[in-house]
Amino acid sequence: MSIDIIGPKKHSHICMYQYNLIDQTLVDQRVAQFRRQTEQYLNGELTEDQFRALRLRNGLYVQIHAPMLRVAVPYGLLSTQQLRKLAHIARTYDKSYCHLTTRQNVQFNWPKLEQVPDILAELATVQMHAIQTSGNCMRNTTTDPLAGVCIDEIEDPRPYCELIRQWTTLHPEFDYLPRKFKIAVSGAANDRAATQFHDIGVHLVKNAAGDIGFSILVGGGLGRTPVIGQVMRPYLEKKHLLSYLEAILRIYNLFGRRDNKYKARIKILVKETGLDTFTEMVEAEWQLIKDGMELDEQRISAIQGHFSAPDYDPSAPKDSSFAQQQAQHPAFATWYKHNTTDHKIPGYRAVYLSVKAPDVPPGDLTDSQLDAIADLAERYSFGEVRSTHRQNLVFADVKQADLFALWQQLDTLHLATANIGTATDIICCPGLDFCSLANAGSIGITKEINAALDDMDYLHDIGDVKINISGCMNGCAHQSVGHIGILGVDKKGTEWYQITLGGSSENQAAIGERLGPAVAKHEVTQAITTILAVYVEQRQEEESFLAMVQRVGIDPFKEQVYATH
Amino acid sequence: MQLIKNKIVTEDNWCFISDDGVLGKGDICVSLARWQQNKPELLSHTGKLGVRIGPADNVAQLAGDLPKLDLIELDFPDFADGRLFSHAWLLRGRYGFKGELRATGQFMPDQVFYLSRVGIDAFKPADSAYLPKVLENLHDFTVNYQQSIAN
Repeated sequence: MSIDIIGPKKHSHICMYQYNLIDQTLVDQRVAQFRRQTEQYLNGELTEDQFRALRLRNGLYVQIHAPMLRVAVPYGLLSTQQLRKLAHIARTYDKSYCHLTTRQNVQFNWPKLEQVPDILAELATVQMHAIQTSGNCMRNTTTDPLAGVCIDEIEDPRPYCELIRQWTTLHPEFDYLPRKFKIAVSGAANDRAATQFHDIGVHLVKNAAGDIGFSILVGGGLGRTPVIGQVMRPYLEKKHLLSYLEAILRIYNLFGRRDNKYKARIKILVKETGLDTFTEMVEAEWQLIKDGMELDEQRISAIQGHFSAPDYDPSAPKDSSFAQQQAQHPAFATWYKHNTTDHKIPGYRAVYLSVKAPDVPPGDLTDSQLDAIADLAERYSFGEVRSTHRQNLVFADVKQADLFALWQQLDTLHLATANIGTATDIICCPGLDFCSLANAGSIGITKEINAALDDMDYLHDIGDVKINISGCMNGCAHQSVGHIGILGVDKKGTEWYQITLGGSSENQAAIGERLGPAVAKHEVTQAITTILAVYVEQRQEEESFLAMVQRVGIDPFKEQVYATH
Repeated sequence: MQLIKNKIVTEDNWCFISDDGVLGKGDICVSLARWQQNKPELLSHTGKLGVRIGPADNVAQLAGDLPKLDLIELDFPDFADGRLFSHAWLLRGRYGFKGELRATGQFMPDQVFYLSRVGIDAFKPADSAYLPKVLENLHDFTVNYQQSIAN
């Protein structure tokens, strides 16, 4: 069946993809299918192994305390209707909160297994689902949270994300891959989607002739064996996007290792085959399918139509109140500096909502916060919210005249901690508190670091430091690419932590170097504050933490951290 | 023994012959290894011929022989081995196999919709008690985003 694109609905505000009848039918039928599978499991008609594979493909894990349900947020875009539904689900089926993940999704930690089909049915009413958010299949496609508004963009990546979303969803051939498979798309000069650490990274690029197409990276990944993705095709015409992805997936599905789950990701296949040979295999496959899978321009422009710019106010830059408010309210000025960023339209800013208040687990949002965020988004940002790779939210389109009022309201919601991009904007996994895989706690460490860095002036002086904390080597919090990475390990039943320095998932991607032996739980925070003190003491003018680590290496940090023990 | 073919419960008239088994009479199916070793003997057989494929087999090796075959069995050692989905797609789509493409073994009834979309038209689950579920689940979705190989 071919896809019948019904043109973008003329919503007064929403500029994101709206389901047509096909999308809605597919999601509704998926709910019915999973309801049947859950009933059959509860009746003993499906084995544990069978149901496990099926529930994972519907986002349902079994954790320490309860099942965990991961809901897809395609490329991080949420409407206010969807936010309110998440609030309702948190209130009705969970303990009144949810959690933002590093792949822009939302997790519920306390649903009841038998209620999950009802939750999925609720999600389907607002064009949401949990399809392929776990399991050995193609996962949610992620992108830049500033897509469409940032100043360094080559082209808006969201239409291509949507095309990939549709192609990956219920792909009949690739639902039982050797291992999970993640795709990220970036349309900007600066990579804010960690594309070099995805199974496939897609970059919008301009070639010498001035045409825009894609550069395709393959074989990146985090977890136990962090690998930086490599460019396998520097330029691919837009019309070939899906055929090229299909060729990569077919080669991976046929030749990826299935004998050892720790060697089953595509990064291992690329490494063992060699990039050149792997690329030859893919290109040979692609030659055979590319003509039959071309994306025509009408299809691309129909999808682009869903992401048209909102009705920006041309008089927005004329506002002068905003400069006065900054002068009168230093806290507002600080927040403005750290939690808002440049927008391509004069008079507008993109605003980060910090979901990193010191006393709350990173990325956790309550039902009442979600409802309030929905109200604020409608008032100040065209009714749209984005989730970020670093577990925060973004209002992408806020008029500068509205910033002060928005800041005040975010402040009462504990969503205005001026710490975006600082050492307390920590990526953190659920850790031993919730996760059955974890070796060590991560949320507690985050709280301790927050308590130690409660002086905001000091925090802002330190500046851009990305700390990532994972409770086990599966690395859900991407510790290996943190400027400071903290990895929980189990040593004879006690929690220890390995520290790495110098990782980065931005343009100059790097994997952190291990500082030395793991430190005990009660020593972690002191080690971090020591590392930051070494930086403050030895940095050169304007030198960021990462730049200093790159300049001096780990030794100066190592000496101090282990000297104090 | 019954199976589902073209969404109808049908009697299975095929007999799989193990690698050391006697060929016997009627419609027979053998492993890819046996097919490659004993092709002349098999081609002189009076009944129809089929070949059983496992996940690790390379179906390209069979491409030239497809006109001689009426059945290819894709035998699932366990449901999680997705290579057979690509094998089915290749046999049907790339190499143009027109005969019966049959899933056998440990696939799940919950996978048959996807299997039907990569070109499989017959299903013989390890346990025939699954047949009603297979039939039902072939209708799980009425819409999809990708082209089906079978259509």
